[in-house]
This record gives sequence, structure tokens and C-alpha cells, in this order.
Amino acid sequence: MQPIDAVPVRRPGRWIAALAVALLAAAVVRSVATNPRFQWDVVGEMLFSDRILHGLVLTLELTVIAMVAGVALGILVAVARMSPNKLLAGAGAFYVWLFRGTPVLVQLLFWNFIAALYPTIELGPIHADANTLITPFMASLLGLALNQAAYMAEIVRAGILSVPEGQAEAASALGLSRAQTLRRIVLPQAMRVIVPPTGNETISMLKTTSLVSVIASSDLLYSAQLIYSQSFQQIPLLIVVCIWYLAITTLLSLGQSMLERRYGRGVARARRETKPMRLPNLAVAR
Amino acid sequence: MIVATGVHKRYGTLDVLKGIDLTVQRGEVTCLIGPSGSGKSTFLRCVNRLERIQGGRLAVDGELMGYKTKRGRLHELREDEIAAQRAQIGMVFQHFHLFAHMTALENVVEAPLRVRKVKREDAVAQGTALLARVGLEDKLDAYPSQLSGGQQQRVAIARALAMEPKLMLFDEPTSALDPETVGEVLDVIRDLAADGMTMLVVTHEMGFAREVADTVVFMDEGRVIESGPPDELLERPAHPRTREFLARVL
Repeated sequence: MQPIDAVPVRRPGRWIAALAVALLAAAVVRSVATNPRFQWDVVGEMLFSDRILHGLVLTLELTVIAMVAGVALGILVAVARMSPNKLLAGAGAFYVWLFRGTPVLVQLLFWNFIAALYPTIELGPIHADANTLITPFMASLLGLALNQAAYMAEIVRAGILSVPEGQAEAASALGLSRAQTLRRIVLPQAMRVIVPPTGNETISMLKTTSLVSVIASSDLLYSAQLIYSQSFQQIPLLIVVCIWYLAITTLLSLGQSMLERRYGRGVARARRETKPMRLPNLAVAR
Repeated sequence: MIVATGVHKRYGTLDVLKGIDLTVQRGEVTCLIGPSGSGKSTFLRCVNRLERIQGGRLAVDGELMGYKTKRGRLHELREDEIAAQRAQIGMVFQHFHLFAHMTALENVVEAPLRVRKVKREDAVAQGTALLARVGLEDKLDAYPSQLSGGQQQRVAIARALAMEPKLMLFDEPTSALDPETVGEVLDVIRDLAADGMTMLVVTHEMGFAREVADTVVFMDEGRVIESGPPDELLERPAHPRTREFLARVL
């Protein structure tokens, strides 16, 4: 065998780009480390302070409950939209149109002021004054979950449509009921399409919860705002907030890739051998 | 086992089946042949009511598919009643349609577990035996994407057999296969025929039809043109259209 001993192609552009990035990074690090107005000591002190941690807990609660409710309601809306019953399908489409077509910030404000529209709320045995029932926390949950359901409905619908029709046909030929076919055959395969965007939605939800600060829900951001309104240490407190958001989104991304592997069964195996594509690495954003 | 009289099927304004009369006796193998678009596959899908019919009567084992008669009127069956009828009819598709997220064994045990409510260890024992019967005892834990076309189709046959059907429908079971794997699938179907399974097979494999079928039915443009024992229909077709078709495919 004659070995190949060739001179590799020179890529000067790559070297210049790398050098520019390195220089820029060094300048940023130097500035962050030496500018005393970052007040890193305050950041360290406040990172685990009680009020910040309480805000963090509320942010996490809002994220989890709003996502779970949003996914559950989203599946219902998606199934309604795909129903052969025209009225149900229309209702599903209307829901998506309404909640996706208005800003979530406006929806949050709306729920916050719902008492102006319905001073008392009666739902069967529940009979309550709207102002006591719809606390800022409840208004935050309603606004976030109902808005999220509209996005989830579209994601779930795309997932269900991605499963070849033959799968449901084979299931019904075997005598599986429509519900069994959806639960056992269609949804598990739809998950491969549903999970990645749902992971993105969860990460997005974590950050969107910061909007509830406008209706005085004491989430992570609002807690920080309350502190710096007295201490005037805006920058270090906002850095504290960013550190926590980054920490949680990092954890969520890890969980997301684990879930994606789990639901890629039967498909991922065939794909694993191929190298991941390098370019273009496009991020999915809303 | 199957009695069809005057079966009509329309898609919009397109008449796909224009009055099919066809009888399949218990224990018999019937092969449906004919040019593409002749309605063979559509008829097969009507038999287990994957397609609704607009006219005529179609009964399997004495039961109308999809309807019951009460006081002289037809009543549509509920979805669970139709599912119960389908559970007794095995179907094998051209493109296999194995559940992509399940292993071979999981594919086979799914319907016995969920529909017949068999105990898991019994279903697994039966599924393992069925996969061994189709020559796949070493592929129990393989996913469909790891199997060849012929292997996938054999899993699909085992999956249908796991419901212990009284009738098996095959919709062009070898049309999507590489030539070298056609034989292994036909071998399995041949074995089933030898065991006395009642089967209705849509096929383009004339050699297979000649060898295994008790009756061959030739369809064209939504009608049964003629039917008879294979050596008669394939050697001495009575109708010119049958002759023309056979001249092209044989």
C-alpha cells in the first residue's frame, strides 16, 4: 500500500476568524472582571438570598403547572381540531386563532382584571368573589397555560399528522379501538415530532413567566425588582436573575436531549451511525 | 366464509367497485388478480371494513360486516362492535405497516394483550412461537427499521396470526419486496394454506396463484370478469380481457 502524504488545503480565513473571536473574548472577559460596577460581591451575596430563592420557586411552579396544563389542554384542542365533527373542529381552530393571535402579556393583564368583567364567578358549586379567586398567581397561571395550549395544540397536531396513516390502519385492522390506537400507536410515534419543540416551549415558558412581574406575581424577576427598587443595585440583581435562568435552561436542555433519545426508539438506531450535520446549525426560535 | 353480493364502492363520483359477487369457502385460498386500478385491493379493504361500501351485502362467517339487521332494517354497528369483527380477520399490507416504535415481539403481542386481554406471559409465549414459525426466532427484539422487507412482512404475518383469525387477507404481500426475499414470504403463506387457513390474496405472483390457490378471480374495472380453478382460468381463460391480461403478465 502506498501511503497518502499530501499537503492539506490551507484555510487562512478560518485562522483569521478564530483569532478575531479570541481577541474579542479576551476583551469581554477583561472588562467583566475589572469593571467594579458589575458588583460581583453583591451578585454572590444575593444569589442564594431568601427572597430570590422564593421568587425562583414561584417561577418554577408557574413553569411546571402552566406547561402541564398547556400540554393537556393542547392535546384536547388538537384532537378537537382533527375531529370529523365540524363544530368541534371549528371550536379548536377558533381557540388557536384567539390565543395565538394576541400577545401573552395582554392576556395576562386581561386575566388580572377579570373581576371588572365578572365580579362574581359561579361554576356549579363554586361561588366566589372574582378578586379573591383570581389572585395574581391564578391570573398568571391562566394567562400562561391558556396561551401555551394554543401553541401545544399546533405542535401535537403536527406530530399526529407526521405518523403515516398505515400505522392507524394496521392497528384498527387488528381490532384496536380508536382510543387505543391513539394512545398506544399514534401518540408514541408522534412524540418524536412533539418532544423537541415542546422542550423549546418549556424553555421559552421558563423565560415567559418573567412577564407576570407586570401583575405583581412575585416570581424571580419581580423579587429582584423589589430588592433593587430599595437598594438601587439593578445590575448585580439582574445578573443574579440571568444566572438562575441560565442554570435552569441548561438543566432543561439536558432533560430534553434525554427525552428525545427515549422517543427516537426504532428510528434513532438507524440514524445513529450518520455524523451530525455541521452547517447550517439553525436554532429554532419562536 | 366470505359472501359478497353486488358490492358497490364509490369515491366521490368514481365507481371503484360496480357490483362484486364473490364467495370464499372455509379452508380455501382465493387469489384476486387483475390490472392495477381494477379494484382488487379496495375489495379486500371492504372485507374488514377499512372501507365502507355503498351498496350490496358483504358477510364474513355469516355476519354482515359493519351492520346488523333488526326488524328488517340495517343498523350501523358501533365502533367497538366493528373492532370486534375486525379482530377476527387478519390483514397483511403491501407496505407491512409494522409499528415502528415497537420490537418484532412487541408488534406481535400488542393486539392479543390489548384486544383479547391475554395474560402477558401467554402472549409472549405465543408471540415467540409465531415468530419462530415464520423463521424469525433470532429477531424478537429487533425494531422494524433493522429488518429487511421480507423479514418485516413475516413479522406482519405473525402479528396478524397472533389474533387467531378465522380469515386472512393479504394485500399484495410481496409487491414491495426485493426479488430475493419474495420467496421467503410466499413460503410462509404456502405453509398457512397447507394448514387449512382461509385466505383471500391480492397478488401479481401468477406462479404462486397457480400453485396455492383453490380459486383464482380475475377483476377488471371494478367487476369480476371470471373466476375458476387456477389451471382452468390461467390456462384456458374464457374472456378475451382475461386472455389479454395474462398474455401481458405471464
